Amino acid sequence: MTLEEIIKPENQIYGKTPLLTETPMHYCPGCSHGVVHKLIAEVIEEMNIADKTVGIAPVGCAVFAYNYIDIDWQEAAHGRAPALATAVKRLNPENCVFTYQGDGDLAAIGTAETIHACNRGENIAIFFINNGIYGMTGGQMAPTTLEGMKTATCPNGRDVSMEGYPLKISEMLALLDGTCYVTRQAVHTAASTVRAKKAIRKALENSMASKGTSIVEVVSTCNSGWKMTPHQANKWMVENMFPAYPLGDIKDR
Amino acid sequence: MMEEIKLMKGNEAVAEAAIRCGCDGYFGYPITPQSEILETLMALEPWKTTGMVVLQAESETASINMVYGGAGCGKKVMTSSSSPGISLMQEGLSYIAGAELPCVVVNVTRGGPGLGTIQPSQADYFQTVKGGGHGDYKLITLAPASVQEMADHTVLAFDLAFKYRNPVMVLSDGIIGQMMEKVQLPPYQPRLTDEQVREQCPWATTGKHGRKQQNVITSLELRSEEMEKINNRLQEKYNQVEQNEVRFEEYFCDDAEYLITAFGSCARICQKTIEILRSEGIKAGLLRPITLYPFPTEAIAKFAKQVKGILSVELNAGQMVEDVRLAVNGVTPVEFYGRQGGMTPTPDEVVKALKSKLIK
Ligand SMILES: Cc1ncc(C[n+]2csc(CCOP(=O)(O)OP(=O)(O)O)c2C)c(N)n1
Ligand code: SF4
Repeated sequence: MTLEEIIKPENQIYGKTPLLTETPMHYCPGCSHGVVHKLIAEVIEEMNIADKTVGIAPVGCAVFAYNYIDIDWQEAAHGRAPALATAVKRLNPENCVFTYQGDGDLAAIGTAETIHACNRGENIAIFFINNGIYGMTGGQMAPTTLEGMKTATCPNGRDVSMEGYPLKISEMLALLDGTCYVTRQAVHTAASTVRAKKAIRKALENSMASKGTSIVEVVSTCNSGWKMTPHQANKWMVENMFPAYPLGDIKDR
Repeated sequence: MMEEIKLMKGNEAVAEAAIRCGCDGYFGYPITPQSEILETLMALEPWKTTGMVVLQAESETASINMVYGGAGCGKKVMTSSSSPGISLMQEGLSYIAGAELPCVVVNVTRGGPGLGTIQPSQADYFQTVKGGGHGDYKLITLAPASVQEMADHTVLAFDLAFKYRNPVMVLSDGIIGQMMEKVQLPPYQPRLTDEQVREQCPWATTGKHGRKQQNVITSLELRSEEMEKINNRLQEKYNQVEQNEVRFEEYFCDDAEYLITAFGSCARICQKTIEILRSEGIKAGLLRPITLYPFPTEAIAKFAKQVKGILSVELNAGQMVEDVRLAVNGVTPVEFYGRQGGMTPTPDEVVKALKSKLIK
């Protein structure tokens, strides 16, 4: 068989889901945001729920998420996505509703909205990108920044005696009776990406089945903010982020 | 059940009117002197009758953002609060105005600044009509002066909100919220069905439901030339509002030689002042702005040519008087009389103020 014969549309076994638009993504090369977008789009497509799904975009690097996944979206103020999602889901319970948030968005300015939406058991999915840093505004310290980790606002490394400890928000949210599924995943290898996709699917299925709030934390890289190459960033994440934020299900009921 | 007459508090009238006009969702947080709005809604349990969602949020910040989310779905949604809570909602209000969403916010104001007092005040006039949140936006503002108007303005506020896709504030105060009066409740209007919402609000994020284009609710535009266009479009909308929606009431104004301007509860007090002045042979009239934005500038400018002086009476340190002065533009003297911190003037006190400041 010649190469031309092999590379034919009918032989294609994996391609871009049509739900991902043609808009070129603005994310830095190597950033996890793009991979997670792809997974969410694929799951929505596979579940055949694009017509009834509403996403809530954050303030942060994913502020333009709505440009990339072809569903209805609302753009929330910084940290307020869970409040918007609460109303969207309550007023249209047949919708599948999810928020997409970074750690600054979800675990700093939006802590109250996050905790209370989870505690009410809102039937939404929360996709939480934890890169340990504020990406969009130029790599400042986040609540999830590791001890000793250097950022633009802790250039000598996070000093816990001054700035407190890395916030394990997913473990906190798992304690709440309103959450049904809390998991921590990553997308740095093919195997981890497959697992993350399964988690995303389960979270959206929970939203449709009104089981309570699902949180999929994705431990991620911000190679720009961390000032590393994509490869270095992945390595650094495995060595430093995973011990502090171990992967796996924290709660599944 | 059609129209019904009841004796109730202003706050209760808001809750009753909201259910009756087909409101889909209320999201709020308790604060005196308006907690009866949430309490009444919870007691009436409209989710069992009309299907209206009522939710006590964790904060005013969350409430207004729930309103944003619901409004983005094309639903009739509202919140209510009082001064400190409204301050917390300013972020959300700016976003809602920027995203051009319809919603109703009832502010039953109290004295400030800070934690202040739970007694009535009109010191949130500037915050409401001059901004509050960031950016160039306007809140259509209705100022009820009776319990009846608390009900009527709730209904009207929804109509205006959807007509202009803009947040509308009902700017009341602790007197109107707490006092009891006879009120004729509006007739029941059914809530829109999901199909009707999709038809009447084609921009709403309801899920695409076969629609080709996605709907996105956002106020973000990083390209300055595009952002300027959006701002210009907003300003054109506000021009339309200013042309079409000015509402005010005249009380003994036709032959007036002296004009009092006052809104809300303060206007109710000044009605009595006008009666006293008239009984003494002083030809005084009252102009009560019903919409604070858009402001009845033309009407006041017209009276400025007719009267010997204007007194703006307010429960604050002098806020609306600035808009009165702009309207009058130096044609006639404009004076101010106000009480603050939850104090209200007596009608006689205003009589004295008018005589000393304008007649001398
Ligand atoms: C009220 C408010 N405060 C601050 C900002 C500035 N801001 C924009 S993005 C951001 C941090 C986002 O970080 P994160 O949520 O971790 O997402 P990432 O960019 O890392 O994906 C901040 C502080 C804002 N837009 N609004
Ligand atoms: S700054 Fe960081 S989080 Fe933002 S796109 Fe670049 S790598 Fe991703």
